[in-house]
Amino acid sequence: MSRITQAFKRAREENRGALVVYLTAGDPNLAVTRELVPVLARAGADVIELGMPYSDPLADGPTIQQAGQRALAAGATVARILDTVRAIRQSCQVPMLMMTCFNPVLRHGLEAFAAAAAKAGLDGVLISDLPPEEAGPWTQAAWRHGLDTIFLVAPTTPPDRARLIADLTRGFVYAISRPGVTGAREDLPPDLPELIGQLRQVTDKPIAVGFGISTPQQVATVCRVADGAVVGSALVEIIADLGGAEDLFYVAPNFVSELARATRREHT
Amino acid sequence: MQRLRHREPPRGGEREDMSVDDRHGKFGRFGGQYVPETLMPVLKELEEAYFAARGDPEFQREFDWYLREYAGRPSRLYLAQRLSEKAGCRVYLKREDLNHTGAHKINNTLGQALLARRMGKRRMIAETGAGQHGVATATVAALFGFECVIYMGEEDIRRQAPNVFRMRLLGAEVRPVTSGTRTLKDAINEAIRDWMTHPLDTFYCFGTVAGPHPFPVMVRDFQAVIGREAREQCLELEGRLPTKLLACVGGGSNAMGLFYAFLGDAEVELIGVEAAGLGIEAGLHAAALGAGTPGVIHGSATYMLQDADGQVLPAHSVAAGLDYPGVGPEHAWLKDMGRARYVAVTDEEALDAFVALSRLEGIIPALESAHAIAYLLRMAAQGELRPDDLVIINLSGRGDKDVEEVSRLLGERITAMGGVGPATSSLHPSPGGGSR
Repeated sequence: MSRITQAFKRAREENRGALVVYLTAGDPNLAVTRELVPVLARAGADVIELGMPYSDPLADGPTIQQAGQRALAAGATVARILDTVRAIRQSCQVPMLMMTCFNPVLRHGLEAFAAAAAKAGLDGVLISDLPPEEAGPWTQAAWRHGLDTIFLVAPTTPPDRARLIADLTRGFVYAISRPGVTGAREDLPPDLPELIGQLRQVTDKPIAVGFGISTPQQVATVCRVADGAVVGSALVEIIADLGGAEDLFYVAPNFVSELARATRREHT
Repeated sequence: MQRLRHREPPRGGEREDMSVDDRHGKFGRFGGQYVPETLMPVLKELEEAYFAARGDPEFQREFDWYLREYAGRPSRLYLAQRLSEKAGCRVYLKREDLNHTGAHKINNTLGQALLARRMGKRRMIAETGAGQHGVATATVAALFGFECVIYMGEEDIRRQAPNVFRMRLLGAEVRPVTSGTRTLKDAINEAIRDWMTHPLDTFYCFGTVAGPHPFPVMVRDFQAVIGREAREQCLELEGRLPTKLLACVGGGSNAMGLFYAFLGDAEVELIGVEAAGLGIEAGLHAAALGAGTPGVIHGSATYMLQDADGQVLPAHSVAAGLDYPGVGPEHAWLKDMGRARYVAVTDEEALDAFVALSRLEGIIPALESAHAIAYLLRMAAQGELRPDDLVIINLSGRGDKDVEEVSRLLGERITAMGGVGPATSSLHPSPGGGSR
């Protein structure tokens, strides 16, 4: 059983949702990423999602776009990010997945990328612009190296398509809360329980909800219906505000532990 | 002579990766749909609607009617006599610049607007580089009563100011794009993000033969009228097929539109002219086919400008409409098949050709189209044209939009140049003037 699957299983056994925390790898630099990931894990992040910075991230709003620009300007590359993952792994066993656009994976070669990612200690990879129709060669390579393959289901996805996506998924199904790009938003869509309900009918894999989830209250709402919540832009904003300053190592874990408390179902 | 198996679906097992499958948007190993999941059902809906319309004679009749009555087609195939003299062979210009709105872009936007109307969409968005596609989209949005938002890079807004005003006059909202390189690539990113945010009511009127399926197939089909007309006109005027076709390639829609009807005519040489910008060696260019590598950009597998880590590299061209690091996947396939060849001319050569055509023929070309003229002049100078060559150049757009920018780049030297034809050595842009 993969680390990611175990994390969701443990959360379920503890009657809470799993907290997936996103940060862009290398923002503001890879030294900060390396220090921050274990701190966030101790603060209660069940899974760490490391964003691979990309020049043209179609699915991202301004917050994560700018984080990617900062990371690239600071010299983040696939190889250096994997080095950082390897360094984190020496002292920290938190499940880690990488979220990336397809082109960097393709550029390195599917097989080579999967091999390097697994060897560095990543547990899974989510390719944000790789739909199931084009994903065959990638999933074969990823599974050969024991990597989970996380796929996205959108509110626009019809049920038969959701089933196809869930079948290719290892780890958890990532349900997008609403149409649009990543970024913090004030409200959750009111039809979220129905969306999750429909998804439950086509899969028994864990479902985590992301896009627009930024507060403990929203995490609590999501965790009442789903198996986990993904928080990204809200943490990326904290990193943007504080950079590599000492304060980051207090403010960011405090925020994550607030989110983690909100995942408990009896808490509400 | 090899006839390409175009339009045939792949056969199981047998050299599948070299075949073309319009229905699924596969051109050998190129094309496809690489987009976030939110857009996949929207693309499927668009595919269904488009292929239903493609097979519907009523839709085709309607499209033909608008092309004729509204856009003013067929466009002329004009024998450019003084240009022919300079080239040393007969040279025809396919006058897409004479279409309503001044470029080939209207062919595509009329087709997509009719489709959007069939699909019941009320809001139309588009990206634009040179502003020609933005103007053509704003035009059909006005014609059919769609709400219209155009994404345009800040840098392009500066250098194509007349088109920005035209779009606003036509009732479109022009949203400046400040991310990335602030040019066409980033305008496409923002338009895709808008579409992801409003997937149900919005029709994305994509401007070229790139992007995810079905855009490369659909836009090519709507532009293919250029080549169908040109082929027929050439046979009528000359009693034979041309020996060479020349068209500029940014995303590649005017080139694909011209080439498509000739793909099966193996004796017709297809030449796509990319932008070499300030030079391929300098790394400041837009020659995705000439100097790029295979990758995935804007939802399609194709040649593109990228670094060793798969990050998109910024393109450069004096022509905003060519300033794009990707290219349509069907061009990538034609290159790999050896059916078309792709060359590149620099900003300088394009500016020279811009002036040359103005003075030889009294026709001010778009800076984009000037690239195709420039390659003709280069072939002529290098003795690569025979007297019995018969060349058709796609004059894809008119240059009014570029007059201000060219005046900034060439300034006084234009008036100082006497006589006809370009004095090549005196026409180079001022230092730094050709770059951003």
